[in-house]
Amino acid sequence: MRQKVSVLRRLGGCAIAVLAGALAATSALAADPIKIGFSMAQSGPLAGSGKSALLAMKIWAEDQNAKGGLLGRPVELVYYDDQSNPANVPPIYTKLLDVDKVDLINSGYATPIIAAALPIAMQHDMVLMGLFGLANNAKLNYDKYFSMAPTGEDPAKVATKPFFDVADQLVPKPSTIAVITPDIQFGHSVLEGTRAAAEARGMKIVYDRTFPPSMTDFSTLVREVQATNPDLVVVGTQPGQSINVARAIAEVGLNARMIGGSMTGLQTTDAETILGPQINGLVNFAYWLPAPKLQFPGSMDFLAKYQAKAKAAGVDPIGYYVAPWAYADLQILAAAVEGTKSLEGDKLGAFIHANTFKTIIGDVQFGPGGEWAKPRTFLIQFQNVKSKDANEFTGTDHLVLVGPPDMKTGDLITPFDKARQ
Amino acid sequence: MVSFDLLANAVVSGVLLGGFYAGVAAGATISFGLLDIANIAHPAFVVFGAYGAFVLGQRFGLDPLVAALFVVPVFYLAGLAVHQVYHRAFERRGDDSMRGLAFFFGLMFVGEVVLILLFGVDYRYTSAAYASTSIKIGPVALPLRQLIPFLGALVILAAAQLFLSRTFIGRAILGVAQDATAIRLMGADPVRLKRIAFAISIALAGAAGALLLVLEPVEPAIGREFIGRVFAIAVLGGMGSLPGTWIAAVMLGVIENLTSIFAGASWAPAVSFGFLLLTLAVRPSGLFGR
Amino acid sequence: MSAFFRFLGLAIIAACALFAAMRAVGNDYVFYAGYTVLEYVVLACAWNILGGYVGYVNFGVAAFLALGAYTGVALGRIAPVPLPVMMLAGGVVAGLVGLGTGYLTLRLRGIFFAIATLALAVVLQTLITNWDFVGGSAGVYAIRPKHVPIFGSYIQYMVFLMLTLAVVVVAVSRAIETSGLGLGFVAIRDDEVAAEATGVPTLRLKLIATALSGAFMGMAGAPLPYYLTFLEPSSAFNLTYAVNSIAMPLIGGTTMWFGPVLGALLLGTAQQVITVTISSEVNLLIVGLLLIGFVVLAPQGLIGLLGLTGKRRSA
Repeated sequence: MRQKVSVLRRLGGCAIAVLAGALAATSALAADPIKIGFSMAQSGPLAGSGKSALLAMKIWAEDQNAKGGLLGRPVELVYYDDQSNPANVPPIYTKLLDVDKVDLINSGYATPIIAAALPIAMQHDMVLMGLFGLANNAKLNYDKYFSMAPTGEDPAKVATKPFFDVADQLVPKPSTIAVITPDIQFGHSVLEGTRAAAEARGMKIVYDRTFPPSMTDFSTLVREVQATNPDLVVVGTQPGQSINVARAIAEVGLNARMIGGSMTGLQTTDAETILGPQINGLVNFAYWLPAPKLQFPGSMDFLAKYQAKAKAAGVDPIGYYVAPWAYADLQILAAAVEGTKSLEGDKLGAFIHANTFKTIIGDVQFGPGGEWAKPRTFLIQFQNVKSKDANEFTGTDHLVLVGPPDMKTGDLITPFDKARQ
Repeated sequence: MVSFDLLANAVVSGVLLGGFYAGVAAGATISFGLLDIANIAHPAFVVFGAYGAFVLGQRFGLDPLVAALFVVPVFYLAGLAVHQVYHRAFERRGDDSMRGLAFFFGLMFVGEVVLILLFGVDYRYTSAAYASTSIKIGPVALPLRQLIPFLGALVILAAAQLFLSRTFIGRAILGVAQDATAIRLMGADPVRLKRIAFAISIALAGAAGALLLVLEPVEPAIGREFIGRVFAIAVLGGMGSLPGTWIAAVMLGVIENLTSIFAGASWAPAVSFGFLLLTLAVRPSGLFGR
Repeated sequence: MSAFFRFLGLAIIAACALFAAMRAVGNDYVFYAGYTVLEYVVLACAWNILGGYVGYVNFGVAAFLALGAYTGVALGRIAPVPLPVMMLAGGVVAGLVGLGTGYLTLRLRGIFFAIATLALAVVLQTLITNWDFVGGSAGVYAIRPKHVPIFGSYIQYMVFLMLTLAVVVVAVSRAIETSGLGLGFVAIRDDEVAAEATGVPTLRLKLIATALSGAFMGMAGAPLPYYLTFLEPSSAFNLTYAVNSIAMPLIGGTTMWFGPVLGALLLGTAQQVITVTISSEVNLLIVGLLLIGFVVLAPQGLIGLLGLTGKRRSA
């Protein structure tokens, strides 16, 4: 009997030792950082936005750690340069997940990069937030993919929606449209969106020839457009092209009631300062701007921090385009981790689907396909830009929000010629 | 559907652009056509020249055209150095075709990355005021950013042509291209002549770079767009003939613009390169071949 | 012939050992990174059949790779064919295009062939971009099945196929070296005019080389859409493929099959490692500098430095 007791005691002692060991292990774990892994273009054609996004994410990590981290653990970013080449993406994500053992992942910048990462996220049942991807999940229908671009379930239509919302206000109604887009996925979706919008409004498309992505001189193409004398000109271009098309429009003296719409890259300071006054009159989509109604808790703090660091980091100095989104992207992921007290993909995914998140770019709620439940895009017009100085493009004095109506900070100047002077 | 105004403007703009292409291709015509050195890094040197002009513009407020005067001698020296390496490593070994090509391919890549490391991938552009003005003659518009590179390229080609046909060294270089042994028998050093000619080709690339900065914003990898075009022009122009180069370049510019009008811009590259493929297959000595 | 089968046997054993080792490591990263390296082994060896043995430089590697990829995509849209069939079809199409290009331009000096391949890449990219059936400019999704029998995950299956292709390419390369075909190739490389004069059927030999080289590149391209999930013309025609496929044989050495294999394994692995360590533009800088360094200082590549080039004939 005594013997038995002693055995039990010994067992009990063992149990306590094991428990103590386990506790010690947990407290060691507490110091362990939560690692968030992603690929981001630091070289190649996407690097401009990629670098801006990376700086924003680093600022988020600093802010989060200053608040005590996540679940009491510090956060750490683990990232590699995908060189803007999707072929580098699958090895990077498997390295992150299988070798670096990151706890959470995030996406790199733009559609092809996100597409290459998605199947790997699916294989590991991880949540993937896609930064500025167009319809990445339409074919895959992955329940843990969330798009950080306010384009909604049908991005093709939304790409041109703000443009047409404003065009609908014109009197008399415009009846003809010309489209200028390159032969790439982005251009294709602008074209598709424009066709749908035109059909819904009974407008006629008078020019829709695409151009090769390597093209740099657009004077002839813009003249062809001018020859069709359209009411509206939808331009859906990529960064380098946007600059060259804008210049050709200025040189040829193209006139229409509205010109622009989806000119990516015109949001960057470097494009704006190359064009200077030649940018006047163009309308363009915006996802976010520091307009009074779009200043949410943290927005301006973030911009101040970003702008203070941007120069030293050699990235876009103003940072209205991709940076706040990269920050908000991680805010949502962090809120889900705090909300579920978990790092499991299934729980996080369900939580993100079920909740609305307060971020520096506003309230975010996702629909069933992982896109924004309600699209929210704006149209701005460049007005009264006098010089090539970067200050012209800070704030909303010369970047005037012209739509949707309830968000307006100014009126559309139309026709285009009037804004040109 | 296609109006006269549109057609006239397309042709004029094609001529202006083509004229600029001729400036870019002039150096390649010398190195490839006369010296048999397939410098596929030639467009990369052009982009380097553009960045050189950009830096001079930013630091000292120099206009790209003035900056070109400083870029040219530096590029001439660089050309001498590159040829020294090329000659020692490939020409002398008689092993120049494949490895030489790979050498320039590597050079192009390294050049691109160096520019990325120094300047990032953002677009850079001249701040010269004339870059955003146009002259109008009747219905035809002549934007200065196209007209100036067109005229600049004409100057480049004319200067190179005068040098080759009127000076002693120039004629000797043409002689080397024909028959190196004969030149050696005449007491001249063919290697030195080739080195000078190659350095000139690089100097021309530098000058064309300054013109490129006037024409459009540049980024480090933009040279890739020119590789095919430059060699197409050099081949079409008859390998080593500068007037032929100019005519071929202008033709290419006009063809690209007309394709854009009649079939859509997305077919323009295929048409001009298809044209090159056909020429290579049917008349490899070029349209204006010797 | 028995020497050939002995070599093939050894190559198969080496491949099996490699595959087993990759499985033993037990994580997907090895497979994803390994796939890229193996793809480059195939591309480098294929490039070398024409570039190294015959001395004709092909800058259009990406075009042949993309042909294979898009042939697969086109087939997949017509009927759900298995990946190996796509690879074969991609090989046939790319081989035929190689033959056509060769037929048009191989009667010219080598340098014109190189320029023609550059032009070919542009023309093909334009055609593909305008061909909506395979996605065109909008791109196309290729969703890989979650599971495949025997291999478990699809990436392992893709690695297995690429490894098989690598064995085939290496075996064919070696067979060329040891046969009369290889002798003819070397004769062309050393002095084409003399070869022609002594009765070597130069055009026919060169056409065989372009067709073979193009076909292997096309076969290597067929699985690409599944690797990337989303294929755009700009990713299929990426210049990086050309740079690497030229740099690898030149760094390894072009006179025998071992050179491109060594170059691809070393440079390909180094790139994968650098991507996740230094991770910046420096990655590309290293490729360029190595390429320049080797062609200038070590014209016979690594196998020359290691003293492995027993049979080199040219000066």
